[in-house]
Amino acid sequence: MSNSAASSKSVIWDWITTVDHKKIGILYFLTGLFFFAVAGLEAILMRIQLMFPEMSFLGEQTYNEILTMHGTMMLFFAAMPIFFGFMNFIIPLQIGARDVAFPFLNNLGYWLFLFGGIILNVSWFTGGAPDAGWTAYAPLSSNSPGHGVDFYVMGLQVSGIGTLMSGINFLVTVINMRAPGMSMMRMPLFTWSSFVTSMLILFAFPALTIGLLLLMLDRIFGGAFFDVGLGGNVVIWQHLFWIFGHPEVYILILPAFGIFSEVIPTFAKKRLFGYTAMVFATLIIGFLGFMVWAHHMFTVGMGPVANAVFAVATMAIAVPTGIKIFNWLLTLWGGRIRFTVANLFALAFIPSFVMGGVTGVMLATSAANYQFHDTYFVVAHFHYVIIGGSVFGIFAGVFYWWPKMFGYRLSEAWGKWFFWLFLIGFHLTFFVQHFLGLMGMPRRIASYLDGQDLNDLNFISTMGAFLMGIAFILLVINVFISRKNTTNVNDPWDGRTLEWSIPSPVPHYNFAQTPLVRELDGLWFEKMNGDGRMKAAEPLDEIHMPNGSILPFFIALGLSIASFGVIFTSWIVIIVGLLVTFAAMFIRSIKEDHGYHVPVSEIKADQEVEK
Amino acid sequence: MAHVDPSAPLEGKASKETERKLKRESRTQIVSFVFMVFITTTAFLTVASDVIPSGFAIPFILLLASVQVIMQLYYFMHMNAKGTGWVNALIWGGLFVAAMTVAALMLLIGITKY
Repeated sequence: MSNSAASSKSVIWDWITTVDHKKIGILYFLTGLFFFAVAGLEAILMRIQLMFPEMSFLGEQTYNEILTMHGTMMLFFAAMPIFFGFMNFIIPLQIGARDVAFPFLNNLGYWLFLFGGIILNVSWFTGGAPDAGWTAYAPLSSNSPGHGVDFYVMGLQVSGIGTLMSGINFLVTVINMRAPGMSMMRMPLFTWSSFVTSMLILFAFPALTIGLLLLMLDRIFGGAFFDVGLGGNVVIWQHLFWIFGHPEVYILILPAFGIFSEVIPTFAKKRLFGYTAMVFATLIIGFLGFMVWAHHMFTVGMGPVANAVFAVATMAIAVPTGIKIFNWLLTLWGGRIRFTVANLFALAFIPSFVMGGVTGVMLATSAANYQFHDTYFVVAHFHYVIIGGSVFGIFAGVFYWWPKMFGYRLSEAWGKWFFWLFLIGFHLTFFVQHFLGLMGMPRRIASYLDGQDLNDLNFISTMGAFLMGIAFILLVINVFISRKNTTNVNDPWDGRTLEWSIPSPVPHYNFAQTPLVRELDGLWFEKMNGDGRMKAAEPLDEIHMPNGSILPFFIALGLSIASFGVIFTSWIVIIVGLLVTFAAMFIRSIKEDHGYHVPVSEIKADQEVEK
Repeated sequence: MAHVDPSAPLEGKASKETERKLKRESRTQIVSFVFMVFITTTAFLTVASDVIPSGFAIPFILLLASVQVIMQLYYFMHMNAKGTGWVNALIWGGLFVAAMTVAALMLLIGITKY
């Protein structure tokens, strides 16, 4: 069945069934931003609890639940989806493609992610959220009473399927869908780092899937993988979790590295220094990410030789990361730097992230790690790399790509207030936590005693958290008050890469004619040596596009119903849920759908409006 | 402009060159299929017969299994075809990472502590 034209649809139906990578990107992005706000609110609740010694703002159990949900939500349902949003929206535009390789899978990935997030958050209303930390170490997690950890297991399992699919989708898109002339070594760095991120997802997520499966079997079906009394082994969970978990933290940082590698050359008006070195440093970081997982477990008792091996391997990562830092600095060197909000975040990232990197090397020193382990020093370290790296990357990307994604520019004035408040709040919150940790304050504890010199630093830390909260509100206000800035949105930053060669908002077929890429930073090359527009690689012709589908929604819905069946051990619900999923998959298999064609007249009409 | 309906049946005959290529390919497939049946039979006989000690049988059938996996990937799943560079890189890269991880778990941080 090949339709000649797309059928008209209502707005909501259109967004639920869309296979357009730009709409799915926006869905990922906005949902991620919502979960980011929720998880941020949880962080502020925790900081209020720790504002004064022996506070009773939250109970101990609630504190444990909020702590677990803050970590889990921030990593799996805020940072990753926001990066997925950018990847979905930007990768096809940067490589000159009209969609990702598997548009149907892309839609399915989004719904699995959203339903996973919903499953996890339903736990608040059914007798308590998961309370074993985002790492869910056994036997704490396998023995945790109530259904909390079951929600953690099934929520992550469902969204993990979606993540794995999206990872494979991006790999195939980058390998197969590049425009003529876009060789691998001409790809923008954001696409490159997303490509390496997708490899990490492909190889790391199966380990989490297995770990969660074992935990599910133990908790719900009477397994004994983590039951020492029956011959199980609790350390296996830590290994499986960190074999996934360490690549996961690079999944969070590499796309941010990619965003900075786009933002810094654009606003320094220079090409990226050491492009080839940047690409290989990214690949090496990706590879080493798999070789260091046991550095999270130095105090487990693996033995001094094993600790030394993993300590040295961990320190080796500082080399490719250092290469990247110096390349960014040398890109800025002698450039004509513009201090836009996007670039401010990129510039603030460099010292903030280096501070997190230095404490990382300190933590990698396995002998000293016995002192740091499970103290606020670790909390300070990973917030420095995740906020100073990933979150600054997200905000740089927000201000950089907002005109392309939403068709209006965010206010620079409000953005600068947001930036400075967030930067000061961030350092105020987490810098003092280094010292709290060195003074011996353990992490994940709901309270501390008076008279241990911990009061002042904790109070300062909480004030910083409030400042970050206020800053985020400024960003939300900025989003709403800037909507009139619809001028100069096609190429507001004098961009270098392909996404700035097409109008904003982007037509649903992206490129009227597939572009011909003649150099790294293709658009910049045309601006310098051509007429400022991409050359076309094909004549103007009808464009073949995929049809939307409601089936992914039902596949994901069925899996979520089955998950609730697992959580509450009801075979009927499990079977009903799986039936819905397999029925939707069966319909997908037998229904022929070859998409539709965008007629030349429509493309020409769009181009007229553009002029 | 009319577009090709991808579900329509093919018309006309394949070119001589394509036919030769298909013939060569089907011969390779049959030969490797027979070889793989032979390998499987050998593996079965190794386990079934009482003469062969299990100290030899286990590594031997593991070796046969890896040969079979490689043949499966290269002859039946066409990893030997052109344009599969990234597929090869990712599969072998993944195997390498997994092998390192399993080796570390078994030898370095398993039961014996160093």
